[in-house]
Amino acid sequence: MSDSLYAQLVGLSGGVLLLSAVLIVWRRSISAEVRLLAVQGGALAGLVTVLGVNEGSTELLVVAGLVLTLKVVVLPGLLSRAVARHGASLHEETPLINTTTSLIALSLLTMLAFLVSRPLLVLGDDPAIAAVPIGIALVLYGFLVLATRRHAFSQLIGFLVLDNGIGTVAFLTAGGIPLVVELGASLDLLLVVLILQVLTARIRSEFGDADLDDLTELRD
Amino acid sequence: MNAEAAVLALAQVVAMVSLSPLLVGMMRQVRARLEGRAGAGALQPWRDLRKLLAKETLQAAGTSWVSVAGPTVLIVSSLLVCAMTPLLGTVTFTSVPDDLFVVVSVLLIGTVAVALVGLDAGTAFGGMGSSRHMTIAALVEPTVLVSVYALSIPVGSSVLSQIVAARLDDPASVASPVSLLALLALAVAVVAETGRLPVDNPNTHLELTMVHEAMVLESSGRDLAWLELGSWLRLGALLGLLSTLLMPWGIATELSAGGLLLASGALVAKIAITGALLAGVEVFLAKLRLFRIPELLAGSFVLAFLAVTASYLVVQA
Repeated sequence: MSDSLYAQLVGLSGGVLLLSAVLIVWRRSISAEVRLLAVQGGALAGLVTVLGVNEGSTELLVVAGLVLTLKVVVLPGLLSRAVARHGASLHEETPLINTTTSLIALSLLTMLAFLVSRPLLVLGDDPAIAAVPIGIALVLYGFLVLATRRHAFSQLIGFLVLDNGIGTVAFLTAGGIPLVVELGASLDLLLVVLILQVLTARIRSEFGDADLDDLTELRD
Repeated sequence: MNAEAAVLALAQVVAMVSLSPLLVGMMRQVRARLEGRAGAGALQPWRDLRKLLAKETLQAAGTSWVSVAGPTVLIVSSLLVCAMTPLLGTVTFTSVPDDLFVVVSVLLIGTVAVALVGLDAGTAFGGMGSSRHMTIAALVEPTVLVSVYALSIPVGSSVLSQIVAARLDDPASVASPVSLLALLALAVAVVAETGRLPVDNPNTHLELTMVHEAMVLESSGRDLAWLELGSWLRLGALLGLLSTLLMPWGIATELSAGGLLLASGALVAKIAITGALLAGVEVFLAKLRLFRIPELLAGSFVLAFLAVTASYLVVQA
């Protein structure tokens, strides 16, 4: 793979990762957010594939396949099934800060990500290293969604964006994680989503809604 | 250099004055056909202008000189924007280049002039329209500046002609993620700035949600003709700028009769394509609630901002 093509592909998948995260914050409909999450997973798998092809590593390509199945098929499938069971029109009605403010916050967080990843940029001239701020920005976006949304599903989506960010940084800086570690982390993630899904269903059957603000007070 | 630039500016003004009413007529016709109506034909805006120019200009009681001067200021600023935007060629004045910041500030002068015209008569509708117009303008300007700034980083200059010339030299840069993000943000900003759907519905009258129409309610005759032509010229120039940045082909880098003819043909084709596309998309859109508009514009600002950060990324790589 030529250097310029490699740089362009890394830039493209990084751009899709970032754009899908911005759109997740922008949209209110949870089913649209789940679809965007699948797009983001696809971009992450594409990034891993590009890195794998560039380094000629079969292990990375296997990891890319793993990421693809888990983040494009399994997790969004689980989430959309849960959303479908919840009802046709599922919306994040009242986030703690309104959409305009969170969009402005995104631009500030992006700047912060570029500032804090400065020490990492001295690692080399590789396009992959230059794209590290994208991963850190995704982590910060995930935290923002986790902190400002009230609905349990939205928080779950924020958690998954956070995880995608951590994965992006790991792949870009370390040039891939050993397959066993990746397998363990993926299983962990799957388990967390499954548990949270069951928990959300329980919360809903107890309280009639999955708004987590209802859980801040003790009741009989 | 300066003589050539003057010829080019004149050619651009003539082209835009003759084209932009046709563009508006064509967009209305596309909408009418897609909605199953016969439509008034693409020449209708020209007929409207002729009719308005022949009519007597009446001033509402209690208006000041602002109502007299406003339409002239708008039309002059729109003509200046047409002269300065690189629509036909990239030859520019050496002392006053078509810098991004100059073009945006001239645009803003026109925006303020219309808003003052709306306020001057002291009617409820005019005031409402002006306040909405200024709110939208204040939210749009940063997006326009930041998105064109993102395009200017690889070129190293904020002069629009040089940006267009650089894109003409290197067509691959048009399809880069940075330029696509910036153009997407710029498209949303242009739609908001020119008062198209989903921000403002250009076809309605006497509705509580109107923005542009509310400001020109008290104008008549020649004043109304200048206000309408001025806003059509803005639409034409901004769409032309957007399509030139997206498809820089055909634009003249040196001044020659053949080059100008070719550039005019390319400009007609480009504006027609973008205009038809915009009108076609508008058929499927409903007007956004006024309080959701900041959300849309904040979104486009974030896209532009990401384009800027990403362009630094690409420059470093």
